[in-house]
Parts: sequence; C-alpha cells; structure tokens
Amino acid sequence: MSTQGHEHRDDAGSRMGMWLFLFTELILFGGLFIVYAVYRYQHGEAFHLAARELDTFVGTVNTLILLTSSLTVALSIVAVRQGKRGLAVMLVGMTILLAGAFLVNKYFEWGHKFALGIFPGSPELLKRSSGEILYFGLYFVMTGLHALHVIIGMVILTVVGIMTARGTVSASSYVKLEVGGLYWHLVDVIWIFLFPLFYLLH
Amino acid sequence: MTQQGEQLTHGGEHAPGYGQFILVWFGLLALTGLTVALAGINLGRWIIVSALTIASIKTILVVNVFMHLRIEDRVFRFFVAVAVLTLAIFFVLTFFDYAFH
Amino acid sequence: MGSPVSPASQAEPDFYHVATKRRGIFAWILSTDHKRIGILYLVTMSFFFLTAVFIGFTMRLEMLTPGKTIIEPQTYNTLFTLHGIMMIFLFIIPGLPAVFGNFLLPLMIGAKDVFFPRLNLLSWWLFLTGGILAVVSVFLPGGAADTGWTFYVPYSIRTSTNVFPALTAAFVLGFSSILTGLNFITTIHRMRAPGMSWFRMPLFIWALYSTAWIQVLATPIIGITLILVALERFFGVGIFDPALGGDPVLYQHLFWIYSHPAVYIMILPALGVVSEIIPVFARRTIFGYKFIAFSSVAIAFFGSLVWAHHMFTVGMSNTGMFIFSLLTFLVSIPSAIKIFNWVATLYKGSIEVSVPLLHVLSFIVQFSIGGFTGLMLGALAINIHVQDTYFVVGHFHYVMFGGTGFGLFAAIHYWFPKMFGRMYAKKPAVVAWFLATVGFNIFYFPFFILGYLGMPRRYYDYLPEFQSLHVIATVGSWILVAGILIMVVNLLVALRRGARAEANPWGGATLEWTVSSPPPLENFHEIPIVTKGPYDFTPSAAETK
Repeated sequence: MSTQGHEHRDDAGSRMGMWLFLFTELILFGGLFIVYAVYRYQHGEAFHLAARELDTFVGTVNTLILLTSSLTVALSIVAVRQGKRGLAVMLVGMTILLAGAFLVNKYFEWGHKFALGIFPGSPELLKRSSGEILYFGLYFVMTGLHALHVIIGMVILTVVGIMTARGTVSASSYVKLEVGGLYWHLVDVIWIFLFPLFYLLH
Repeated sequence: MTQQGEQLTHGGEHAPGYGQFILVWFGLLALTGLTVALAGINLGRWIIVSALTIASIKTILVVNVFMHLRIEDRVFRFFVAVAVLTLAIFFVLTFFDYAFH
Repeated sequence: MGSPVSPASQAEPDFYHVATKRRGIFAWILSTDHKRIGILYLVTMSFFFLTAVFIGFTMRLEMLTPGKTIIEPQTYNTLFTLHGIMMIFLFIIPGLPAVFGNFLLPLMIGAKDVFFPRLNLLSWWLFLTGGILAVVSVFLPGGAADTGWTFYVPYSIRTSTNVFPALTAAFVLGFSSILTGLNFITTIHRMRAPGMSWFRMPLFIWALYSTAWIQVLATPIIGITLILVALERFFGVGIFDPALGGDPVLYQHLFWIYSHPAVYIMILPALGVVSEIIPVFARRTIFGYKFIAFSSVAIAFFGSLVWAHHMFTVGMSNTGMFIFSLLTFLVSIPSAIKIFNWVATLYKGSIEVSVPLLHVLSFIVQFSIGGFTGLMLGALAINIHVQDTYFVVGHFHYVMFGGTGFGLFAAIHYWFPKMFGRMYAKKPAVVAWFLATVGFNIFYFPFFILGYLGMPRRYYDYLPEFQSLHVIATVGSWILVAGILIMVVNLLVALRRGARAEANPWGGATLEWTVSSPPPLENFHEIPIVTKGPYDFTPSAAETK
C-alpha cells in the first residue's frame, strides 16, 4: 500500500493503515452482529430451535482449520525474518490451502441446506416462524459475507506469497507479509465469534 | 516519526521464535474444545455469556500475539480500544431502545 | 504582507508546470500527487454540485403552486431523492476533506504527500465511479430511485425504481470516504514535520483528524446496511422485511448509526476552516486553541451517540428516546465552545473584512440558527410535532448549507490563491457573498414557519394556506442561485485573468503559506522544522518559519 520512497520506509505506518482498514471490517461485521443480537433478543426460542439444524462438527472443524491457518501465517513471518524463504512460502501456501478447505466445507454445508429447501426466500423456509426465517437469513448473510472475505484473504495471501517467493518480501522488508497476515487474522477473529453464535447456542 | 534513512520495523529487536505462536495455538484449540463442551451442558442464559467470554479470550490471544499488538507502539492499542469502544456503544445504545419496550 | 518566497523556489516550476511522465489528461487522472487529486475532486464535485443545485432549483419551481406546476409527482419524488443523494454523498461528505484536505493536509503539516498516495488516487476513482453510477441510475429502465436518500424499508425493498444502482453508488462512495479517512489518520500520525507536536498543528488538521475517525468507524455501518437492503431486494433474506419478520425500525437504527455521524463528517472540517480564517483576518492568535482542538474530538465522539433522534416518532421505547434526547443536548456543547472562542478571537482583533471572513461571518450566524433549531428538534415534545415537516428541512439546510456550504465558499476564497496562483476580483466576490447570504436566508427561514404550521416534507402537493411562504422561499432560491453563479463565474475568470498571487497574500502563519502559490511538486525542498504555533503572528515567528 505505501509508496513513500524506499529511503524513508515507515513499516509501522503501513501497519497502521492496515489496522485502520481492519477496523472498518470489524464494524462492517459488527453491524450484522447487532442485527443478530436484536433478533436473538426478540426471538430467543426460535433461534435455539433453528440452531440445532446446523452441524456442530463441521463448524468445529472449520474453526480449527482457521485457527491453524492463523498459526501458519504468523509462523511464515518468523520464517521470513530468519531468512528461511522456502519455509515461509510453504507456510503461506499451507495457510491458503487451509482457507480452501474451509471454503470446501462451507460449500457442502450450504449445499446440504439447499437440498433441504432451506435458502433465503424458499417456500420451505417461509413456512416457518419469523424467528427461524430471521435466523437462517442471518446465517446465510453472515457466513456468506465471511466466506467472501476468506476468498479475498486467499487472494491477498497469494499475492504476498508470490512476493515472498520472489524475494520482494525478505528479512529486511517484510511489512507486506505482515499486513497480509493481519488481514487474515481478522477473518479468523470474525469466525471466532460467528462459530459459537450460530453453532453452539442450542 | 520517521528519521531520514532509518527503516522502522519492530524497533530492531530480535526476530521472535516459533514457540510462542505454537503455544498460543494450543491455547486456542483448548478454548475451542472448552466452548464446544460447554454447549452440550444446559446452562440456560449463561451459555451466551460463557460463549462470548471464551470467544473474547481467543480474540485477545490472536490480536495480541498473532497480530503482534503487544509489541507495537502504544498508539495501536489506543486505536483498537477506540474501535472496540465505538462498536460497544453502537450495541448498547441500540439496546436502550429494544430492551425497554 | 507575506513572508518572502525563498529564491530557489522562484526558479522551480509549480506543480502544474512540472514535467510529467504522462501526457495530457493522464497526467491528471493517474497522478498520485495530493494536490492534483484535490483539484480532480474539485472539478468532478463541481459538476455534481451544480447538477444537484439545478435539481433543487427545479423542485422549488414546482413548489410555487399547490398541485402540479411543472412536473409530475413521481418525478418530484425522484428529484428529492437525487438531490439528497448527490448533495450528501457527492458534495458535502467528500467536500472539504477531499478537496481541501487532500490539497492542504501535507502542506500544513510539512510533508511532501499523504502516507498512501496511490490509495488516495483510488479514493478519487471510487468517488468518480460512485457519482457516475448515481447519475446513470436515473436513465436506466425503471427510473431513478424514489425512496428519498434515506432508502427506508419496506418501500426501498418493494419499489421497482433503480434502488440497487443507487445503493451501489452509495456503497462505492462510502469506500472512497473510508480510504480517505484511513489515509489522513496515518498521515497525521506519521508524517508531521519535526517540531510539529499535536498542539502545534493547525486546527483544520485537528478537524480533519476527528473527521477521519468518523469516516473510518461509522461508514462501514452504512456499508453493511446497504448490502442488506440489496440482498433483501434480490433474495428476500427477511432481515428487514416486515412481511418476513424483519424490523424496519432496526433498519433505521443501522442507517442513522452512520448517517448521523455523517453530518459531523460534513460540519467538522468546515468548523476547522473557520478556525483557520478567523485568526488570520483578526490578526491574532486563536482564543482557546486546546478547547477548540478537543472540541473537534468531542464532537466526533458524542456525535456517534445520538443517532436515534432521527427516530423519535417511529415507536422506540421511552427510555431509549429519553437517553437519545439527553445525549443530543450534550453534543451541542462542544460546538458552542467553538463559537464562543471564535467570537472571543474577533473581539478587539485587527479585523480585515476579506471575502473569506465574510463567508465565515455568515457561517457563524447560520450555523448557530441551524444548531439552535437542532436543539429544538432534540427536545421530544417539540419533535413530535415537527418531525418530517419543513422544520427539519430548514434545520438541516441551515447547518449543511448555511454551515458547511458557506464553509466551502470561505475555504475556496481563502485558499484559491494558494491552489491556483491567482487572485480573484474582490468586488464581484463580495456581491456574490451578499446575494448568497440574503438569498439563503430568505429561502430557508420560511421553512421553520412552514414546518411549525404543519407543512410535511417530501410532499409534492400542499394546502393553499402554505403558498405564500413557498413563494417567498422560491424567490429566495433565485437570489441564492444568482449569488452562486456570480461566485463561480468570478472564480473561473480569475483562473485566466486574475493577478498572480504571491506566496502569502493574507499573511497567514501556517506552513502552506511558506511555499509558492501554487506550490512546487514536492511542496518543500527541505522538510521544515517547526518552532512556533500555527497562529503566531508576531514578526519573529514569521522569520523562524
């Protein structure tokens, strides 16, 4: 992001810019969490009921996947700082693969719901109580928006992964990998909250 | 502020080792296990509090260690506090409407 | 009057005339120079502003008589929607930060550019894209959105007009705003010249800083809200649709959680401009610098606590209404502090009645009226009667137009020499100011009376008893528009024929006045070392800077 001229590089400033951007993502999802909170407050029973239809096992596996992917990208920075370029690239690659695995799980989860006739605006869903309609509406919107951010994260990680492989990111200049990692961790943090609110409150 | 020619990374300290990250990762896995286990118990209204508390602890770990917040300049922590406080205000004030209907 | 321009910079070309890699228009639209980006914003924004003025002018013509005057009711609905969208998202919110913030922030803090110059260019491209989308939505089948700029559900879900392009335009513009805010915060934290402590920063920078935080933290809420309405329209997710169990009031909460702080994005920079202009033309340091600086931050903070005062008549809980009313009263205090301090600065100052100062004086009176009527609206008992009437329309035009609009006029007349290297003719500018001020007040003051008497807003038709006030207002709009046209023409003429401006024609003490008019490409040959405050007019201060 920053182009100050290489003789005046300010990595902390670059990180500051990314943190500020992460705040916007936090608040973007925060708005959805507010909607969730209000509707849960108003339709507690229905939310409990509907939550039982989600697969806790898949949700847990996805949580472990994302937590591990945060580890791998954090370790990749250590590797770069130690000059171990190959290891760093491998760790970034693992992060991307784990992200892919998360998306594959999500694909099957959603597919399963669609097969049951549960999707926004479906006749099957509209037969249910308002609370359940709201629950599933929020489920698809929130996990969908999150999945979109997983994809964006994968793109960012691919870009910084290539930069690391090429040496643009190196032990003396690794802020681009850091900010890529920061973005990825935020995607993880959002899921850390999504997971219990949708899968565990039954 | 930037000085001419100096590159500001993390203040020149030694590169951290892998250990602390792996340790935190185990902690995160354990907390995940805990929150899943608690979900199986009928805690009534306390399930939400426990779930959110555990999620918050996990977040604090990710933010401070994985995201390096604890080794950044103090101003970053101030920024995070402002952002979190703002979101909290949005929540609380919205509920001043809904909780008193 | 000004400090001497250093010899080296007299030989150096200004940023308009420096040799660039790219040719013609590409030297502008692909430039990452904050000064060029500021001018790009000024040019594109002027088109949107003048279009929105024309729409407003047409609306006032329609309102000359009850029933149909020149357009159909559906057209009127799309016009007030467009007028709101364009004025708010394409003019007033980006307004001062995008044009003057971009041009002046690095200069005023002693930097060569902002922290993320390429991101800055992206912000402008997003602005242009959003603006074009909004305009194009008018011509797509289905016609322009007719929901009002507030897109309230359920109508925004049901109407067949082009809501989705309008939502997308607003989203893209929000992104532009976020990136600008992010850029400014980082720039102010990391790129101040040596010696420029926080309390030596010009107050305009404090204003931009506070504004930037609102841009970063509040805008995402409208982002997600617009996304949700779009999803509701296409997929029927049920989150806001009452037929599916959704809560339309929750939409309003989310909408106003951004849109109220947005009005502080609109006003804070203008308050900052006033704080810059008054010391220069009173020839003394500002009274209560720290109070003004902290009041900007306080306005940003408190302004995010009051949003539901737009919703007092929709059925919120009494507790909620009481708390929001109380908080609304609190947010007026920091603004009042600024006004006291400005007046105190003027009192017994060595006043030079310049064009910028004239606009500032109009600002102070008009913003005060707007502020008082805002307090009135914040009182629950009054609000019940005048919500959704012309009283509200009068209030927000007084603060947004009489306030920020005139703040923009003040800023352009103050920094015109710096930005364009030319002086404008003073007499036409004064005439323009006079017509604009008189016209503005004749136009909008009747709105308070109309609203009090019960005239609803966004209504195409009205009872005959309201007509005389509507006629007065429309005549006022003609005087106002005449003033604006004279202003614009005078400035355009000055671009070609104005006398060449020196570095410091007003005798300002902030850093932008130490470089040539217009500035050189990199602003400063050497980053200055700051040893004095920004409003220190003692002769020794001018030499050290």
